[in-house]
Amino acid sequence: MSVKIEYHKFDVVVVGAGGAGLNAAQVASQHCKTAVVSEVYPTRSHTISAQGGISAALGNLEEDHWHWHMFDTVKGSDYLCDQDSAEYMTRLAPEMIIALEHIGLPFSRTPEGKIAQRPFGGHTAEFGKRAVKRACYAADRTGHAMLQTLYEKSVDQGTHFYSEFYALELLMNDGHVNGVLCYDIQNGELHVFNAKAVVFATGGNCRIFQTNSNAHINTGDGLALALRKGLSWSDAEFFQYHPTGIYGAGNLITEGVRGEGGILLNDSGERFMERYAPTIKDLAPRDIVSRSMALEVLQGRGVGPKKDHVLLKIDHIGAENIMEKLPGIHELALVFAGVDCTKEPIPVMPTAHYQNGGIPTNYHTQVIKGNMDGEEYVPGFFAAGECASASVHGANRLGTNSLLDLVVFGRTAGEQAAKYAAENALVPLTEDAGNEGIAALQKYSNANGKHTFGELWGDLTDVMQKKMSVFRTEELMTECYAELLEIEAKMDDYKINDKSSVYNLDLIEALELNNMILVAKACTQAALLRKESRGGHFRDDCPDRDDVNFLKHTEVYLEEDLKTPRVDYRKVRQQPISVDAFPPKARVY
Amino acid sequence: MKTVTFEVFRYDPDKDKEAYYDTFQVELRRPGYLLLDALNQIKWELDPTFTYRRSCREGVCGSDGINVNGVNMLSCMTKVEDLGSDHLIIQPLPGMNVMRDLVTDVDDFFNKFITVKPYLIRTSPNPDKEIYQSPEDRKKLDGLYECILCGCCSSSCPSYWADKKYLGPNAFLRAWRYIVDSRDEGADQRLPMLNDKHGVWRCHTIYNCVEACPKELNPTEAIVNIRKLLLDNQV
Repeated sequence: MSVKIEYHKFDVVVVGAGGAGLNAAQVASQHCKTAVVSEVYPTRSHTISAQGGISAALGNLEEDHWHWHMFDTVKGSDYLCDQDSAEYMTRLAPEMIIALEHIGLPFSRTPEGKIAQRPFGGHTAEFGKRAVKRACYAADRTGHAMLQTLYEKSVDQGTHFYSEFYALELLMNDGHVNGVLCYDIQNGELHVFNAKAVVFATGGNCRIFQTNSNAHINTGDGLALALRKGLSWSDAEFFQYHPTGIYGAGNLITEGVRGEGGILLNDSGERFMERYAPTIKDLAPRDIVSRSMALEVLQGRGVGPKKDHVLLKIDHIGAENIMEKLPGIHELALVFAGVDCTKEPIPVMPTAHYQNGGIPTNYHTQVIKGNMDGEEYVPGFFAAGECASASVHGANRLGTNSLLDLVVFGRTAGEQAAKYAAENALVPLTEDAGNEGIAALQKYSNANGKHTFGELWGDLTDVMQKKMSVFRTEELMTECYAELLEIEAKMDDYKINDKSSVYNLDLIEALELNNMILVAKACTQAALLRKESRGGHFRDDCPDRDDVNFLKHTEVYLEEDLKTPRVDYRKVRQQPISVDAFPPKARVY
Repeated sequence: MKTVTFEVFRYDPDKDKEAYYDTFQVELRRPGYLLLDALNQIKWELDPTFTYRRSCREGVCGSDGINVNGVNMLSCMTKVEDLGSDHLIIQPLPGMNVMRDLVTDVDDFFNKFITVKPYLIRTSPNPDKEIYQSPEDRKKLDGLYECILCGCCSSSCPSYWADKKYLGPNAFLRAWRYIVDSRDEGADQRLPMLNDKHGVWRCHTIYNCVEACPKELNPTEAIVNIRKLLLDNQV
């Protein structure tokens, strides 16, 4: 079947318009012809939902140092992050915040007019001695303020935007990444972007879990596209379950609530985090707080008719303080929990929030392909933000380090991609460029079987929630994988009712579901083979960390069938750029 | 289980000569059932060909502005029970071209927003540190920067419907957000376009935008403030 395709040539094409994509685009656009393709209008990307802050050792309210921030990041990662990347990110952080401020981000302020800062989980002074105010914020709308500012800046820089374009295939020629095939959601047309450099900033995939804080669009599309081209997903088994999702809904209540003095309570009104993290209590890292909450519930100390959640109390800081610093939270708690948090506590339980791993890169954001024997660059390909893994989060990300990650590595990706485009010629498209993406599109466009998105997405998220979330065992995950295979088989008997070329959400959801099933299988296999507990990956049957066998990155590839995950490993880069390494230690807070 | 009748605007340019309304009985499956839950129920269980925009599902991405019984709102932040009716007429945002069902063409809306140069303009050199801003000056941005670009305001405005070149309340709100920012030095570049015949003078101060804003912002006040500034500059 012949298909009409419109062709475009750019120096740099960025896929995704969240914080990482837009920062990459606004930087690259200063040097060369740059396009952004995005499934949604840029200001609707999920960075918009980030609430509490972005970390940087500015020291505006008390003494702070990037080296302490680096230590917290490494310890927070349960020692699985790459320490050169952690040094790079935390050293650059203050300069990045200033750059954002200079382009207009409306940060909250200290009385003397500096950028305001608040404490956040796992961020400490003097290598773990006490909590420190490091999170720069714009009330509880930091991501919103950041994303709009970056969008406005990239428009000012002349970035070419292609909004509501859905990426179908990453294009490569002889090992070089040279473009992307997209489907225009608004009219069903196909577009091929041939570029000297491609930046993936496609976001996360927590829509594979039933209880999650993510937007509808967070379906792991970028990961799936990279996997199908023989690239890997690094540390796929590590997800972040954010402690304070609104009970029943999963929507996020920022850790900034605890940063401003909020505390978690069990059924007897006990501030139980004092038992689990005596030094920094409710401001322990997210993996520890989430597991502590789950243990409280498991041991019968939950609240509510089913005793299946805990409470987050913030009313004691005063209504005026809440409305000034946490106005968005007040609104969310009202709508999603029916609770006025200036008077009552908010019912909370952990919610799938963030994909810690991603497409592996070095700290220059060059995508790498590797195993225990070494690694090599993938020419023309860069990645940043949640879809990528530099790796600064390892087994557990600290709160506020995600916005920092996407700003730092977004900018680096923009610089690196522009530099690459200046030094290299455009690699032509292969004759069959886009055929795989078009085949997938046609398979689902014409699908006239039985199963629908509503049914299969429900099944997928149900099994991932029950068998692959906060507590994992060999038995549960084995069952999970088998059920995922059953769901995958049903995709060959799928039904698309909508045949329209205009805004066909039925079709887009089918393609997203296809990607979600692939990434769910990949992370389940990775988790099965990591027979230890580390950070966000906790196994009841292997409860201890095992540095001898597992202080290494997982790299999940696909077998030649492009369906079956193959799990490999790669060395952790434990040597920082200029300082001494932080050797692995027990994580006590 | 309580059900509510959803009478939904439908139009697919591939097959429909004109728009029509489809009726669905939607179950309210829990207290606090949201309009977006209802739209998802229609799509995932009753009619997969129904289409609409949505993303963050918590009132910040601005994708899902729709018109319900004549009022603009976000589907993800509105509880069906709070609408106080068992019969809801669901339409796309008015005053915008319909692409399909509840999906409107928002390019014009975004292009107008960009026209007002919604970014910090400075002629002074930047300091090495942050540009200091007092908490009082920062407070002037509250009620302005929270805009989520959903279009509920402009789409409720008769001047926006009547004059295709009218910038609309959203663009004025954003222009004022930068004009009052103590760090910005670009008012001179923005005021001429705001003073244009498609600018702030076309507002009839009927407050539809204020009523429509799901974030309880006040574009009319921004428009009035811009007018005052324009008049002061003339004197």
